[in-house]
Amino acid sequence: MTAKSKQTDVLRFTETTDLTIPTLRILDADGKLRKNAHEPVIDKATALKIYENMAYIRVLDERMLAAQRQGRLSFYLTCTGEEASVVGSIAGFKSHDMVMSQYREQAALRYRGFSSEQFMNQLLSNDLDFGKGRQMPIHYGSHELNYMTISSPLATQIPQAAGYAYGQKLAGKDACTICYFGDGAASEGDFHAGLNMAAVSNCPVVFVVRNNGYAISTPTSEQFAGDGIAPRGIGYGISSIRVDGNDILAVYAASVEARRLALQTNAPVIIETMSYRLGAHSTSDDPSSYRNADEEEIWRQKDPILRMKKWLLDKGWWSDQQDHQLKTQYKKEILDALKSQEKRPSPPLSDLITDVYKTPPLHLRQQYTELLNHIAKYPDHYLPNPNNSGHQSALTQVN
Amino acid sequence: MPQINLLQAVNSALDTAMAHDPRVICLGQDIGQFGGVFRATSKLQEKYGKQRCFNTPITEQGIVGFSIGLAAQGSIAVAEIQFADYIFPAFDQIVNEAAKFRYRSGDQFNCGGLTIRTPYGGGIAGGLYHSQSPEAYFCHTPGLKVVIPSTAYQAKGLLLSAIRDPDPVIFFEPKAIYRAEVGEVPDDDYEIPLGVAEVVTEGADITLVGWGAQMHQLHRAAKMALQDGISCEVIDLRTLLPWDLETVAASVNKTGRLIISHEAPRTGGFAGEISAAVQEQCFLSLESPIMRVAGMDTPFPLVFEKEYLPDYLKVYEAIKQSVNF
Ligand SMILES: Cc1ncc(C[n+]2csc(CCOP(=O)(O)OP(=O)(O)O)c2C)c(N)n1
Repeated sequence: MTAKSKQTDVLRFTETTDLTIPTLRILDADGKLRKNAHEPVIDKATALKIYENMAYIRVLDERMLAAQRQGRLSFYLTCTGEEASVVGSIAGFKSHDMVMSQYREQAALRYRGFSSEQFMNQLLSNDLDFGKGRQMPIHYGSHELNYMTISSPLATQIPQAAGYAYGQKLAGKDACTICYFGDGAASEGDFHAGLNMAAVSNCPVVFVVRNNGYAISTPTSEQFAGDGIAPRGIGYGISSIRVDGNDILAVYAASVEARRLALQTNAPVIIETMSYRLGAHSTSDDPSSYRNADEEEIWRQKDPILRMKKWLLDKGWWSDQQDHQLKTQYKKEILDALKSQEKRPSPPLSDLITDVYKTPPLHLRQQYTELLNHIAKYPDHYLPNPNNSGHQSALTQVN
Repeated sequence: MPQINLLQAVNSALDTAMAHDPRVICLGQDIGQFGGVFRATSKLQEKYGKQRCFNTPITEQGIVGFSIGLAAQGSIAVAEIQFADYIFPAFDQIVNEAAKFRYRSGDQFNCGGLTIRTPYGGGIAGGLYHSQSPEAYFCHTPGLKVVIPSTAYQAKGLLLSAIRDPDPVIFFEPKAIYRAEVGEVPDDDYEIPLGVAEVVTEGADITLVGWGAQMHQLHRAAKMALQDGISCEVIDLRTLLPWDLETVAASVNKTGRLIISHEAPRTGGFAGEISAAVQEQCFLSLESPIMRVAGMDTPFPLVFEKEYLPDYLKVYEAIKQSVNF
C-alpha cells in the first residue's frame, strides 16, 4: 500500500505527535450524556444485563479474594476497575463469536452464561472443572460458551485469534473472534506477529487491548514510549479506536461497530480501552511497593459500575433498592456455590495421563501403572484429602 | 558468616558483581524498583541506578536479543526471565544466536558476557506454566552453559562464575527452595568453578545424581536408605553443560550403581544423557541397570503435583530396587 505515498520536496520526519489517537467518551463522570455525544442504540434488557454482569463480577472478585485470604483458594486475580472494558465489549458480540482472552476477563465469561458453580469448579480444581484440575485458578475455558481455555504465556492467543477468525471466514459463518489482552502483553512478539497476519490475511477479528496502566509493577511509561497501543494498529493497516474504558456506553458503541466492520470488511479492528487495574496484579502481589494510594483513589472515584448505575437511575431503568437486592442475591449465590463446590472431590487420578494425546500411548500407561503401584505402598503420603475419591478409585484398580 | 537464603544469595551475587564491575547490567520484567516478582534484584536499582538495573517491556525475545547485543558490545548482561516457563519466546535468540555467536564469526564476535537467570521447577502449586524444568532443551545446544544451584552458598558462587564466564550461561534458580534453603554465605566475592560436580555425601553402595531442588529429595532418600544399611554417594551436578562425567564415573566405578533424578519429564530429560555416558564409561563396573527417577511424560499438573513429582519416596524405592537387582 506504500504506493499511495505522496511525494514531497521537504525533508521532514513524521513525528509521533502527528498521530495521536483521541479517546471516545459518551458518558461523563456523573453518568450523564456528554453534550455532543451520541447515545448508542441500546435496549433496556441489554443495558440491565450489562450492569448486572458488572455487579456480579465485582461481588465475585471481592468474595474470591476473601476466600483466597482464608486459604480456601490457592490463587485469585480480580478484574476490579475494568468491568466496563470487558462487559461493554463482549456485549457488542454474538454468543457464537469466539472469545480468546488473557486472564482478567472473567466478566466476559459470565456474560456468556458461566454459572457460579462453574466458576467455583475451576477455582477449586474439583471433579467438575472443565479443565480437569490441571491449571491454576482463573484459567477458565468453556467449549459450550465459545470461550477458549486461557493460557498463562502472554500474547499467545493473539496470532491464534487471527487464525481462528480466518477459519471462521472460510467456513462462511456470520461469526468473528474477539481477542483480549493487556498493555503489557502487547509488547510480546506474538502481538506484532498476530496483528500483521490478521491484517494481511483479512481476518474478522476484533482485538480488545485493556490499557490499565500497569503490567504487574511496570507502569505503561516503562512499557512503551509511543501513544499507547491503538496507533500500532494503524502501522499494521488496521482500523483502530481508543475509548474510555470506564465509560460503558463508549466501550459498547465501539464494540458493536467494530464487530460490524470486522465482518463486513473482513478485516481486523483494534479497540484500546483506557482504564486502571484497581486491585493488585493477583493475590501474589502487593501494589503498595510500586504505586501510591492517592493514584488508586483517583481511579476509585471513576468507578465504571457506579457511572453506569447513575445513567441507569437517570433513565429510570434501575433503582437503589433493586441494586441492593441484586448485590445481596449475588453474594448469597456465590457463597452458596463456594460452599457446595468445595465439598466435591478432586478429578480422578487417571486424569494425570489423559488428554496429553488423544489416546494415552503405551509409555504413559506404563508410567501410570508404576505410579499406582508406588502409591499403594504409601497410601497415607499421597492421600491427604479424604474427599479425594479420585485417589481411592485409582487405588482400587491396583489392589 | 551470615546465614541467608538462596534468594538473598542470588541478590548478594548480583550486588557483588555490579559493585566490582561497572559493565554489569541487570534487566528484566519488574526487576527495577520493585526488585523482581521474587525480589531477587531487590535494592539494585536504588544502588546502581536506572541505567544499570531496569524494567523491560514484556518481551522475552527482546530481553535476550537486547542482552546479546549488550554483551557483544562488551557489557556484561544479566537478564532475568520471570519464570523458566516463559523462556520460550526467547528460544530462537538463545539457541540460534547466543549459542552460535562466537562460532559463526570465527571468534571475531562473542556474547560471552550474557547470563540468563530464571526461576524454574515445581512444588509451588503453579500448574502447567509456573512449574516447568526446561533445562534439557538447552543442554542440547552446543555453545551454551547450563548451571543450577541447590544451596545458598552455591547460588552466590556459581552465579558470580556464570556472570564472569566467557561464554553465555543459563542459570536456573530452584524457586521452590528460594526461601527454605538457608546457609552460611560469605559477604565477599567468591566463585565456584563451572563444570565441576560436588560430592555432597560420600557412600559405598550406590550413586545418586541430581541438581537444584531435587537434591533435597535425594538427601532425604539417602537418609532413609541408610536406615536399611545402604550407603549412598550423593552427587550434586551443579553444572549440566558441560557436565562433570569424570566425578560421576569415578563414583559409579566405586559403587557400581547409579540413579539419576530430575523433575523434568523422563523422556528426553538430561538423565538420559548421563545414563548413556556413564554406561559407556563404566560398563564393567555396573552391577544393576542405571535408573532414572523423573517427572512423568505429561505437562506439569496441578491437583496431582505431589503424585507427579519424583519425590524422595520414589527415589528410595528405586534405591532398594537397584540394590536388590
Ligand atoms: C510470556 C510471558 N512472560 C511473562 C509472564 C508473566 N506475567 C504474567 S502477567 C504479566 C503482566 C501482564 O500485564 P498486562 O498484559 O498489562 O495485563 P494486566 O495484568 O495488566 O491485565 C506478566 C509479566 C507471562 N505470563 N507470560
